Amino acid sequence: MNQAIVEISLVASLVAAACALPGCFLVLRRMSLVSDAISHTVLFGIVVGFLLIGDTRSPLLILFAAGSGILAVLISELLLKTRRVREDAAIGLVFPLLFSVAVIIITRNLSNVHIDTDAVLLGEVVFAPFNRAALGGINLPRGVWVMGAILLINLVLLALFYKELKLSTFDPGLAAALGFAPTVIHYGLMTSVSVTAVGAFDHVGAVLVVALMIAPPASAYLLTDRLSRMLLYSVLIAIASALCGYAVARALDLNISGTMATFTGIFFVLALLFAPERGLVAKTQQRERRKQRFAVETLLVHLNTHELSPDAARENSIPHLTDELSWQPLFAQAAVQRAREGGYISERGETLLLTPTGREIARQRLGITAG
Amino acid sequence: MNGILEGLSLVFTDYTIRNVVLGALILGTLSGTLSAYAVLRKQSLLGDVMSHAALPGIILAFILTGLRAPLPLFIGAIIAGALGTVFMRLVTSQTRVKEDTAQGVVLAVFFGFGMTLLSWVLRQNNVEHAGLDKFLFGRAAAIISEDVFLIGVIGFIALLLILVFWKEFKLVSFDPGYGRTLGFPIGALDLLMTTLLVVAVVVGLQTVGVVLMAAMIVAPGTAARQWTNRLHVMVILSALFGAIAGVSGALISASASRLPTGPVIVLVASLIVGVSILFAPERGLVWAWVRDRRSGDKLRAVAVLEALYQMGQHHGNPLQPHALPSIQAVVSGQNARRTLHDLQNNELVVQEVGSDRWALTQKGVEFLMTMLNNLRLEKARPSALHEAEGVAA
Repeated sequence: MNQAIVEISLVASLVAAACALPGCFLVLRRMSLVSDAISHTVLFGIVVGFLLIGDTRSPLLILFAAGSGILAVLISELLLKTRRVREDAAIGLVFPLLFSVAVIIITRNLSNVHIDTDAVLLGEVVFAPFNRAALGGINLPRGVWVMGAILLINLVLLALFYKELKLSTFDPGLAAALGFAPTVIHYGLMTSVSVTAVGAFDHVGAVLVVALMIAPPASAYLLTDRLSRMLLYSVLIAIASALCGYAVARALDLNISGTMATFTGIFFVLALLFAPERGLVAKTQQRERRKQRFAVETLLVHLNTHELSPDAARENSIPHLTDELSWQPLFAQAAVQRAREGGYISERGETLLLTPTGREIARQRLGITAG
Repeated sequence: MNGILEGLSLVFTDYTIRNVVLGALILGTLSGTLSAYAVLRKQSLLGDVMSHAALPGIILAFILTGLRAPLPLFIGAIIAGALGTVFMRLVTSQTRVKEDTAQGVVLAVFFGFGMTLLSWVLRQNNVEHAGLDKFLFGRAAAIISEDVFLIGVIGFIALLLILVFWKEFKLVSFDPGYGRTLGFPIGALDLLMTTLLVVAVVVGLQTVGVVLMAAMIVAPGTAARQWTNRLHVMVILSALFGAIAGVSGALISASASRLPTGPVIVLVASLIVGVSILFAPERGLVWAWVRDRRSGDKLRAVAVLEALYQMGQHHGNPLQPHALPSIQAVVSGQNARRTLHDLQNNELVVQEVGSDRWALTQKGVEFLMTMLNNLRLEKARPSALHEAEGVAA
């Protein structure tokens, strides 16, 4: 039993890592929903492949499935090229059609064969340990070999074409001008997405493929500005989602794929809230700090303007601030407090006086250089 | 065809089929109507997202109420859809994450969470949950008259809202920025439209299921867009296409055994899109192709006539016959013989008896001059234009 848990975790981690890598580029290229289309079209490829080959275990099915993913992309691009349909609609037309054809074929011709439509959407990673394959004397679940190979392919492709992918993603115009063949890179990426979706599909189903391809890269995108780190973080987040999801699902006896997808969402929300710089919390703090600093500077400028005038005593008193700057009394007091803590002002009775540092800041703000 | 007629007669006699057909009719009309707006607003995939995002709402509503009654599940779905919408808007407005990614995250995560909840419900071994999992793929046959009544009422309210807010929705669809300057609550209207979309999606879930619902929001609007540039025509056509797809899909699947309703409906809807893209007047690809061919024919004819005329000028006689190879040499890039035969049929050129030499007729010269003048007006071929002026002078 213990070994099964380890093996399932291993398969899930491999799936997660393999999905996250191409997923980063989908997110950056604004093609996230292509993963949805491809992962659903896989069923069509498997069904057609099965009709032609007649064996659910043939490795050729994987080729058919991956091919059908690329076919879906090709057809939707063809539709797009007619300029009668927008991009979103082109994707939304093609994959339900292919999926429908697949479901009809299954219900009409293959109802006695084990292609369970429920498993299409959900997959069953728990069965991974039962389907084994030995390679070089090492006996591991077939899923480990398949997903390991797919992950390796993705890594090798990434290493080989890192520069090309990066350039064509961030500046397609320049990439084309430099002769980097954006079409080749595009279809290379689509192939990688298809193959990964097919491999992952068996274990986690179409929906988790989308979750693992999109949510971890989206989280990583909030955490960093560097592509290399984004790739690393999204792989780590994907693996963490898979492992947490599996652990929780096992403890509470829940659907594993669903729980893993839920965890990709939890990590995304965490990144959304707490990412340094880009997180909602950090942004709120930054806004608050800017507001406070601006208030202090406004106060200093106000004091500087009036400090030499005859009615300085009245102008530069706290109660007057609420009138002239339309500040709430509490806000005014807080600004005065902060200015005092910064050593920018001192007080004589009701009147606020600028310290030399405070005057210097006020003058800088007004564009007056010292001296 | 017989099968469909048979299915049609069953509508009046068979309880299940009547419910399925009525359900598909309401679904098709409603999703067709909203599809028109979704396509115009470039939000075709929102239907896909919402159909997935509704799942946790449906299951949670079931857990909270313990009922498989349609109304609570409906409300749950709408709340989940609205939450998903708000979340997507928060993410796209507050971070640099783009809309497609936000949609993907909501789609997959909400659905995954729904599956988690569903597995928990199923484990409770409650008999009442029967049929909950049918939301995934839809099970049209499970529609009962209570469902039909409910979706009928809901669909009617939704269509009524669209009529009431016709002007506002038009504005939101075409120029939200202008709408905002006029003081319309664009954000609220946007949310209302999305909510109506969620309503349509939930109506469809039972019939066609999660995956295929995407097509019902994309296809009718895309098809209708091909036929017209006017919003009201487009909305009516889109509703009509949706209804046709729904009803004929339901009838076809009723007329044969083992033909699932949802996929057949999607197939019919896709067929309507295909026909529209190919044959719709003006925008149809076939007509565009014919137009291209015709203008190509015209340009080829002018080129040959022009070649004959210019070569004739060298001999001081525009009507001088010329050998085919020399004509072909001037108009490389087309099959001169085919064009000459076409021209001969129109009596614009004549072939010299017993040889392969061709000459302009007087009618051909006149035709060439008119054509060159037309071309000059159209400014279609600047290079031809200059040559033409030289020739005509």
